[in-house]
Amino acid sequence: MSPIKPTGGFIPRDRNWQPDALTPPYKTSIKRSPQAALLSFPTTLSEETSPVFGHNILGELDNDLIHNYAKAGESAIGPRIIVHGRVFDENGRGVPNALVEFWQANAGGRYRHKKEAYQAALDPNFGGCGRTITAEDGSYEFRTIQPGPYPWPNGMNDWRPAHIHFSVFGHGFAQRLITQMYFEGDPHIKLCPIVGVLKSQEAVDALTALLDMNRTVPMDSRAYKFDMVLRGRRQTYFENRKEGL
Amino acid sequence: MTQRLDYLKESPSQTAGPYVHIGCTPNFTGIEIYGGDLGTSMKTGPVKGEEITIKGIVYDGTGTPLRDAMIEIWQPDAAGLFASANETRGQADPNFTGWGRSPGDMNTGEFTFETVKPGAVPFPDGRMQAPHITVWVVARGINLGLHTRIYFADEPEANAADPILTRIEHQNRIPTLLAEKSADGSYRFDIHLQGPQETIFFDI
Repeated sequence: MSPIKPTGGFIPRDRNWQPDALTPPYKTSIKRSPQAALLSFPTTLSEETSPVFGHNILGELDNDLIHNYAKAGESAIGPRIIVHGRVFDENGRGVPNALVEFWQANAGGRYRHKKEAYQAALDPNFGGCGRTITAEDGSYEFRTIQPGPYPWPNGMNDWRPAHIHFSVFGHGFAQRLITQMYFEGDPHIKLCPIVGVLKSQEAVDALTALLDMNRTVPMDSRAYKFDMVLRGRRQTYFENRKEGL
Repeated sequence: MTQRLDYLKESPSQTAGPYVHIGCTPNFTGIEIYGGDLGTSMKTGPVKGEEITIKGIVYDGTGTPLRDAMIEIWQPDAAGLFASANETRGQADPNFTGWGRSPGDMNTGEFTFETVKPGAVPFPDGRMQAPHITVWVVARGINLGLHTRIYFADEPEANAADPILTRIEHQNRIPTLLAEKSADGSYRFDIHLQGPQETIFFDI
């Protein structure tokens, strides 16, 4: 094993790459965005540590949204897909034991939520959430139905591209991340004010999952591949690590 | 060959959206797939140290409470040790997880954490930091999760020596990071996303 291990503090977040807080075309950001400068300082133990989630918290169907809310013998309606990928850090290492939570609308674009006002039908067999924990190489997968696009109150006629929300825990609280996965070829991607907060086409592409025919299960499910990257640590000689840090 | 720095870019953040509770606290929204919502309880048995309650509300720039936010906190135990795989200084209290997650009250948006007063943790240069709790806030309209910290108004000496608090340029904003004791004995820590009382948020 290499003597160089990433045991230093976290590499600063690239604020020129991540979206700004204030993004007026996404109207809700206007009154929810801090205006003072953020206070920058190197990460401390408070940000370099993180809670531990064991595989024992997972239920058998937690990563199967087609069945985890369905009545016995039934399943959710919609295009069946497998979503898979790996969670890496910025140094290119797979992140094992990362808790990955996901939530989404049903095939008609409807969320199971009391504040949801879209008239598309609820699917009685679809709850819309799941979770898993990454394997030793950072890989994860789950099965679900492809969500539909849906309208939302922003402009007079804004529709979200089909998407799946992701929440990820790495090994340090500084890595905490929530993001969204989009689907290759969705014409709503370039119209969406929330996608529009991303600063480059490269950033949009980083959140756009690709159809992965090699992982498709014939006569069962198509597959999409979606890798995610969490912040990395500075690489320092393990031997030189200061006592207690 | 052309030299390249083969680092990956962090995944860009996107808002948690209006339905973050479906994904992170599904039982709270009536979707009962998991046994319970993660982070609801920070104690798994009798804990060491002073047990405290922290309550607060996240306000937007108009003073309206957010009812669709998710608030997470992360902290050491009463001895300053984290229940983390990366904790190398000792064994943290086995009955304290150090991590809490709250969707806030459905009607008022008020979050509540039943926790313990955290012990002190060193800064990278070895100086001690004042006792604090790390906070992370996400919601519809927040493009990148906001980090801040809860310090305690009843720790004036530790706060006055804290390596981070002392380097804040606008010292008159420090009260936005201080939890104050309320009449009912709980600590109050409101979070203002914007406006004259805007909380100090951290780029860490």
